[in-house]
Amino acid sequence: MSMDAVAASSKVGPTVRFGVWIVPTAVLLLAAPFVIDPFQTLTLTYGLIAAIGALGFNLLLGYTGLLSFGHSAFFGGGAYTVAFMVKYLKIASMELFLAGSALACALLSVLFGYVCVRYTRIFFGILTLALSQVLWSLAFKFFRVTGGTDGLRVPTPTLVGAAPTSDKMDFLAHRYYYYVLAVFAVCALLMWVIVHSPFGKALQAIRDNEIRAEFIGIRIRRYRLIAFVISGIFTGVAGALWAPLNGLASPDILVWTFSGEIVFMTVLGGFRTFVGPIVGAVAFTYLKTYAVGFTVYWQLLLGTVLVALVLVLPTGIVGAIEQLASRWKKAS
Amino acid sequence: MTVLLIHILNALLYSSALFLIAGGLSLIYGVMRILNLAHGNLYALGAFVAAWAVGLALEAGAPAGVLLLLLPAGAIAAAACGALIERTLLRPLYKRPEEYQLLMTFGLLMILEDLIRFIWGPNPLSATTIYAGFGSISIGEDRYPAYNLLIIAVGVFAAAFLWAFIYRTRFGVILRATSQDKRMASALGVNVNRVYIQAFTLGCFMAGLGGAIVVPSQSAVLGMGVDALVLAFIVVVIGGLGSLEGALAGALIVGVVREAGITLFPEIELAVLYLIAAFVLLARPAGLFGRA
Repeated sequence: MSMDAVAASSKVGPTVRFGVWIVPTAVLLLAAPFVIDPFQTLTLTYGLIAAIGALGFNLLLGYTGLLSFGHSAFFGGGAYTVAFMVKYLKIASMELFLAGSALACALLSVLFGYVCVRYTRIFFGILTLALSQVLWSLAFKFFRVTGGTDGLRVPTPTLVGAAPTSDKMDFLAHRYYYYVLAVFAVCALLMWVIVHSPFGKALQAIRDNEIRAEFIGIRIRRYRLIAFVISGIFTGVAGALWAPLNGLASPDILVWTFSGEIVFMTVLGGFRTFVGPIVGAVAFTYLKTYAVGFTVYWQLLLGTVLVALVLVLPTGIVGAIEQLASRWKKAS
Repeated sequence: MTVLLIHILNALLYSSALFLIAGGLSLIYGVMRILNLAHGNLYALGAFVAAWAVGLALEAGAPAGVLLLLLPAGAIAAAACGALIERTLLRPLYKRPEEYQLLMTFGLLMILEDLIRFIWGPNPLSATTIYAGFGSISIGEDRYPAYNLLIIAVGVFAAAFLWAFIYRTRFGVILRATSQDKRMASALGVNVNRVYIQAFTLGCFMAGLGGAIVVPSQSAVLGMGVDALVLAFIVVVIGGLGSLEGALAGALIVGVVREAGITLFPEIELAVLYLIAAFVLLARPAGLFGRA
């Protein structure tokens, strides 16, 4: 065996090529509403929405090395933007909702990001948490504007100009599902392009070695701010899609423990890979849905999963699959 | 004038309970560099255990004087729980990036929240017999519950005791040395693992004590831990993570702002607290008393 072959076989990096799974996954996702029952389709819709949010979140954690504990601000910000557009502007178009939420979250994340990216590590986490809690306490206390703990109702929107059908369940499980799937596909593609662009490579350089990155001329703070804003917009779009599906924007999605759930799902899937957050978000959504239906002690169940994950599976589901695959390859 | 005095007493009351929680949180961060998200739940655990012990004693017909002596049971339970958590779940993570430690304590938060619900059920537990037993004192023309003065006294005593413990004992020297440079302390013969478990247990003891001491005046309810944690966060961020003087100053500031906020600007009281925390972080990232 030549040296090159040895080097190639022991090459570090993804051992599973996820590219080949795109087509089968897409076929499965497209066929899903006709195969599984509407309840399952709705759960999958929630999962895909969470995946958009987790993809945005992971641009910070996985690619820039910043752990935000305040992404509920953007998810909730997106959802409340939709609720406000319904309540005060009488808008019903989903496209306008998406545009409005993206814009609102862009502004919000520029404001938050400008403050937060001066710091890294634990201080970054605490600062994002504190700022997101400001929004939560405002939504919680300004009853007349935000409905307080009751939240604000969000009716089913019009999709590409078409009014929603009368059967709400059917509408959500079919048309709305495909709408979410399309937005998800666009977001995933966009994020893939971003992390593989020179900009994405620069972020990874900052993550791996801040000082070296600065030496080769990367303007660290500006790059972090841009990553923060992109991350906020993605999570805000997820929040906007979530609002009509849930029918209600409430302070539950602004409180800091919801940020913890976003971190949870990303780590569950594995934050070192591109597909990790997607897998993690869908898996987490199913896990939570069934845990809540199964027992009142669902937090105990999820907490135990998280503790076990941290102890024995720190690379998440995708990382574990990669390890298994590489072991299997070596054995054969 | 008496109204002002009552406001001041209330502010001190908040500050005392907050110092017990935030002081422990800050101590743990200072020594171990772990931000314990489950800290509020240990405070809740202390409250539930204390209320439960008092309830059992009441059924057994214990005299009122004994009830007060049962309150420390909450603190001891929280300390034992903390020691167990450090030994089994946190120790394997010290070599990993801090994200994992944060996630571990977040998982523990979820677990403890539901364990409390599992053991004591969804209804609040109260120990108001003690509160009522203390009666009230008169301040000018108003009456003020005497038990609140006890809470303030415990807070002051805890602060003084901790200060003496950390700055005047041999253990305190070792604790500070480990906090400043773990590897150097280890090279000089300090058993770092033992210091860690002691610091974590002490921090949890303080949280449990906080819960136990406030439970006679406000019953133990589900969710009290998470609520307390976010306030403790604000305290340590303002004062400086890892600094006890900071926790004391932060607790006083938050106590005063809360008391003023509830009467003057109730709608934005919480938002103001978070904004103060954010501004302190911006001006002095390490907090008022912290070192970077």
